[in-house]
Amino acid sequence: MIFSFDLLINALVSGILIGGFYAAVTSGVSLAFGILDIVNIAHPAFVILGSYVAYIVNATFGFDPILTSIVVMPAFYALGAGIYQVYYAAFEKRGQESLRGLAFFFGLLFITEVSLVLYFGVDYRYVDASYIGPTWHFGDIDLPLRLLVPCIVALLMMAALQLILTRTFVGRAIMAVAQDQLALRLMAVDPVKIKRIAFGISIATASLAGALLIIIQPVEPSVGRQYIGRVFAICVLGGMGSLPGAVIAAMLVGIVESLTSTFYGPSWAPAVSFGFLLLTLAVRPAGLMGR
Amino acid sequence: MRTPAFLIVCLAIAAAVFGIAIAFGNDYVFFAGYVVLQYVVLSTAWNILGGYCGYVNFGTAAFFALGAYSTVAIYKFISDNDFPHIVPIPVLMLVGGVVSGIVGFGMGYLTLRLRGAFFSIATLALAVVLQTLVVNWDYVGGSRGAYVIRPEEIDPIGNYIRYLFLIMLLLSVAAIVIARLIERSRLGYGFATIRDDELAAEASGVPTLRLKLIATTISGVLMGMAGAPFPYYISYLQPDSTFGLDYAVNSIAMPLIGGTTTWVGPLIGAVLLGSLQQIATVTISSAVNLLIVGLLLVGFVIVAPNGIIGLVHHYWQRKPEDFVGRRHVDADVPGAVP
Amino acid sequence: MNGGMSAILQIDNLGKRFGGFVALEGISLSVAPGERLGLIGPNGSGKSTLVNCICGTLRNEQGEVHFDGKKVDGLDAHQRTHLGLARSFQLPRPFVSLSLIDNIRIPLLYTVAVRGKHHDDVEDHCHSLLRKVGLETKARQFPRALTQVEMRKLELARAMASEPKLLIADEAMAGLTHSEIEDILALLVRLNEQGVTVILIEHIMRAVMSFSRRLVVLVSGKKIADGAPDDVMRDPEVERAYLGQ
Repeated sequence: MIFSFDLLINALVSGILIGGFYAAVTSGVSLAFGILDIVNIAHPAFVILGSYVAYIVNATFGFDPILTSIVVMPAFYALGAGIYQVYYAAFEKRGQESLRGLAFFFGLLFITEVSLVLYFGVDYRYVDASYIGPTWHFGDIDLPLRLLVPCIVALLMMAALQLILTRTFVGRAIMAVAQDQLALRLMAVDPVKIKRIAFGISIATASLAGALLIIIQPVEPSVGRQYIGRVFAICVLGGMGSLPGAVIAAMLVGIVESLTSTFYGPSWAPAVSFGFLLLTLAVRPAGLMGR
Repeated sequence: MRTPAFLIVCLAIAAAVFGIAIAFGNDYVFFAGYVVLQYVVLSTAWNILGGYCGYVNFGTAAFFALGAYSTVAIYKFISDNDFPHIVPIPVLMLVGGVVSGIVGFGMGYLTLRLRGAFFSIATLALAVVLQTLVVNWDYVGGSRGAYVIRPEEIDPIGNYIRYLFLIMLLLSVAAIVIARLIERSRLGYGFATIRDDELAAEASGVPTLRLKLIATTISGVLMGMAGAPFPYYISYLQPDSTFGLDYAVNSIAMPLIGGTTTWVGPLIGAVLLGSLQQIATVTISSAVNLLIVGLLLVGFVIVAPNGIIGLVHHYWQRKPEDFVGRRHVDADVPGAVP
Repeated sequence: MNGGMSAILQIDNLGKRFGGFVALEGISLSVAPGERLGLIGPNGSGKSTLVNCICGTLRNEQGEVHFDGKKVDGLDAHQRTHLGLARSFQLPRPFVSLSLIDNIRIPLLYTVAVRGKHHDDVEDHCHSLLRKVGLETKARQFPRALTQVEMRKLELARAMASEPKLLIADEAMAGLTHSEIEDILALLVRLNEQGVTVILIEHIMRAVMSFSRRLVVLVSGKKIADGAPDDVMRDPEVERAYLGQ
């Protein structure tokens, strides 16, 4: 372990930048699980799907991955809405979410990953963009643009989501549906429709998160699995439905992972966030900004 | 049917299966059959916690691998120190079972007070943490993998693979007998209440945490025991495939497709799905194979939530719950507090 | 603080919050063995929360609960049931994959048996419990075949099956007909005569008034009255807060 201040600062910085990105990936889970109580463990698979969509368009047409993902968001939204419809009809209505709902999402995770393997193979894929190579330097601090740009975009997305949830009618209805479905019905708002919209938004975020992911690192189908524990750890740590909480928790996880990776080696990194998760669940299930 | 009688019937069937396998005259039957039997154990074990109690374990691979890597560690220890005899497999299974059981108990203790969803996510986390630990632990080969030399023969059975097949056959019988025993005992009733409504179960006096821990531990022990002979079967143990998602998806798909409320479901699911996969890997790629399992899982979970057993009963105009509603508590089992 | 010397249930200054919302505040109550206590209050006043705190389904942050002389605050719900505390749920929570008779069997297996008591004929005993609530004919059926009303009766029977010292009946009579209410009341009276303390939570005033020897009123998480039913009903604060609505 070679300790140097330089190394420490840069590990911290990249941890924060990656943390921003983690928050974007987690936002979908915060919506689905934190607010709506839908345990969508397949979310990382949809993020990877987003990565591959960005990859194809980038490889074929050279379009910017972030812009591509935003254009494709409506399709992801539709996918999310469709999945929720099935989930609702098959499980929520019958009250069988716990066992069968979980198995359902696990199946989706599985099908998505294996389909990607069948179609694209297990080779790592990456995208080309002008901001992937260069690094800005501020004194001793390195800011690789391939981390900085996704972080900034991620935080913008989080801000946009937070605005939607707190300022728009639909957003507030989503927050309300988590708390009192009866009251919503009395206001002539269909809770199922609201949840469908919310889940659609949740999967739509995966599109953008996927593009950010493939900018940060090369992607292959099983990469999603590393993120399952991460996103749920961050979601729980951040206080379930809280988006600001998720950002803070994500940065915390990002920093610890980065420090571990720098000083103990990258092969230990996957265990960090999962260790976080087990610890959080055991000690403080309500998270940092608990509900 | 009382349990001792059931046990005898199972052993008789097992003997018949073994006899038929030998009659084929082709060792491949044993290789393929071993995998199917392995899944019988894993599915039955999974179902004790998943089907009976309603707690979904995504980390089957972790418990399985614990058993496998315990064996590797012992193997390394023996060969490093030049001990003359190899450790008999039943002993390895005991060790694997104990290790898995302890880890299962520990993890359960940490997470079973929380909602089922958190427990499930924690099991996913456990699998990754364990894989990371193993990959970083050079003693058991790390990411390069570990070689275990399979003996050629063992008296009086002869070919070693037949011995492994027989072991797994006996373990399958044990798993099924245990599952059935639980189902028909007071423990089974308790598990059912946990699945149906934990709050009401507690209010009725059921010690839910204790029962959940029991289920998790039994499940973990069986999975660890299934994993212990694996290094001898496969000769070269690699973390990626040992911790592979196929164990997780199969041990969930098989009970859900077969039917989760009784011991018959996982057996049907494992035999059907396992055999299909063994046949399929010869003809189609393993990725397509897994895709089909995933599709079947999702399909069944949506359309036939009670599995094949449910479909069969529906067809015969009886409801699955009639099958589950026990008429009496098996008087064999003493009414002592577990 | 020690209310009645031999109070079977002693609640001292109990408080419960959900985040910023104060569900219960400063609840103190002393229930003597063999009492027939009625607990009333508007919807949302905290009655069910109080029951949950007493029985261990929820943990109270403030105050203490003593049952039968023992402090039960740290105990799990099932442990309190073993001690002799039983409750029925306001919204019935049957075990859906078990038949009615098996539903009744659960408290016998897990509570009564734990106390070391074994019935000679469990089947018979379960049947007689179902008979008391008029569900014997449906013994082999499953909860999904029951009406809401029948599920409430099952709820009550299951609570009784644990042979409690104190039974809390949480709105067990909602939706029942006049004669069904009489039947349940008679059942509870008989139970009480056998020595079981009963706390009745109800909105059906006729039932509460005829059954209770003592009435407690809960409004917005606070206890505003505690005494003889007639006195309580004449209390102006009770009239204002509860009946005036």
